Amino acid sequence: VFHNLQELRHSASLVTKVFVQRDYSEGTVCRFQTKFPSELDNRIERTLLEETVKTLNSYYVEAEKIGGQSYLEGCLACATAYIVFLCMETRYEKMLKKISGYVQEQNEKIYAPRGLLLTDPVERGMRVVSFSECSFTFPHVSSSCPHLRECVQ
Amino acid sequence: MITRKVRKWEKLPGKNTFCCDGRVMMARQKGVFYLTLFLIVGTCSLFFAFECPYLAVHLSPAIPVFAALLFLFVIAMLLRTSFSDPGVLPRALPEEATFIEMEIEAANGNVPTGQRPPPRIRNVQINNQIVKLKYCYTCKIFRPPRASHCSICDNCVDRFDHHCPWVGNCVGKRNYRFFYMFTLSLSLLTIYIFTFDIIHVVMRKYPVSHLSNQKEQTCRRIVLVCFFTLWSVVGLTGFHTYLISLNQTTNEDIKGSWSGKNRVQNPYSHKNIIKNCCEVLCGPVYPSVLDRRGLMQEDSSVSATSAAPSSFSSSNPVSQTTKTTAPLIPNEHTPDDAKPSIAASAETSAPPKDEVPPAPKVPPLASPETDAEASIVKDKAH
Repeated sequence: VFHNLQELRHSASLVTKVFVQRDYSEGTVCRFQTKFPSELDNRIERTLLEETVKTLNSYYVEAEKIGGQSYLEGCLACATAYIVFLCMETRYEKMLKKISGYVQEQNEKIYAPRGLLLTDPVERGMRVVSFSECSFTFPHVSSSCPHLRECVQ
Repeated sequence: MITRKVRKWEKLPGKNTFCCDGRVMMARQKGVFYLTLFLIVGTCSLFFAFECPYLAVHLSPAIPVFAALLFLFVIAMLLRTSFSDPGVLPRALPEEATFIEMEIEAANGNVPTGQRPPPRIRNVQINNQIVKLKYCYTCKIFRPPRASHCSICDNCVDRFDHHCPWVGNCVGKRNYRFFYMFTLSLSLLTIYIFTFDIIHVVMRKYPVSHLSNQKEQTCRRIVLVCFFTLWSVVGLTGFHTYLISLNQTTNEDIKGSWSGKNRVQNPYSHKNIIKNCCEVLCGPVYPSVLDRRGLMQEDSSVSATSAAPSSFSSSNPVSQTTKTTAPLIPNEHTPDDAKPSIAASAETSAPPKDEVPPAPKVPPLASPETDAEASIVKDKAH
């Protein structure tokens, strides 16, 4: 019976995902809700997740900031009929690279040890920050998920 | 079972055509775009061939040089508008679609059988205005504010302005500034050519040297083309200048979203013309979130579990997600309340751009126009 139960649990332990949606209260700027999803209650500390989302939000604010540098970039690009973007990276693209570096670092330091995986929002059309969890429910499972690589889609 | 690597654009849903291995993205019907190219290139070629030699000699060689630069700028802007991703929102992957469905079911509670479930709308407060986010049954997402679904391209586009057949693409967040620069520079080019046409014809009328009949005919034809192009293109530029100064999209203008009838004001406007212009024209250039050139694995064996045959030819990109009308969760329970979503998935909530054009309005910032000219503008905008 135990074997059957374990097999049942194993077959039911598909990768379930939690999605943190966009926060549109400030308009169309890219911003994610800092509300803590209840599904992750036992998996991660509230403050850590909120910190991650807040940092992501601050990166996006900086990427979309309209100020001196964006005017300069815009005018220079327009003067060259936007051909300059063939050689130069836009500010937004640079920030996106920075963000994916940050996401990777967060995964390594915080989320992987807890059996979670944070997906970069740019891979989801900037709509959601998704957390995938591996739920292998062997009785003696430790908090680290050895099969993390296979869990991810 | 052979797996091969394909580029993601080959499997993207939607009715776009892709060229140059995914670098170029356009709508399916490109006929009018070729016409636009032909008109611009044709008129300018005639100008350079027949008029510039005379003008360069008798007035200044700077005239054709400046015309050439302006012409190149116009073409660059046109191609940039036509070939770039307008800001397409990728469709929700199955898990995300399921998650949203579950959220909706939870919010709706128990709907008595036989009754239609409530419409899928999320209310969001932006800048003290309530904005309704509609659910897109094709893309299975709640559309972000200002996004709309283009039925011609079958995509949700962020900050959707309109689908322009003249450029053969949608105009949205990513390519609106290129579109505006195109209409603006084309207006300048048309005015420039028109002016020098007139000067040329006038100078020839009181000639020192005499002009061949054929050349005079060509000049007159150029004047005629310029005259008609002038009113429509300049009018369109004026209209979009008006929209930019109010931070509105053509879509919102047509729907009358912020026309003040319900005392609803535009929550995205900074209430300052300069700020609005700066945001639209000098804001960041958003990168595409549609990964077109990424590689993915593809199974070329036909498996029994596939719901619909995937086509492998690159000219017909149809993905499995478009065939399923309700997200099917591949585990023990499929929610029974997925059925109302199947019934309701037939409706698309975005008005296609080829519907009846609205009554013409005269935008205040444009040069004084008659209603007839404004209607030409509106027609051109569609």
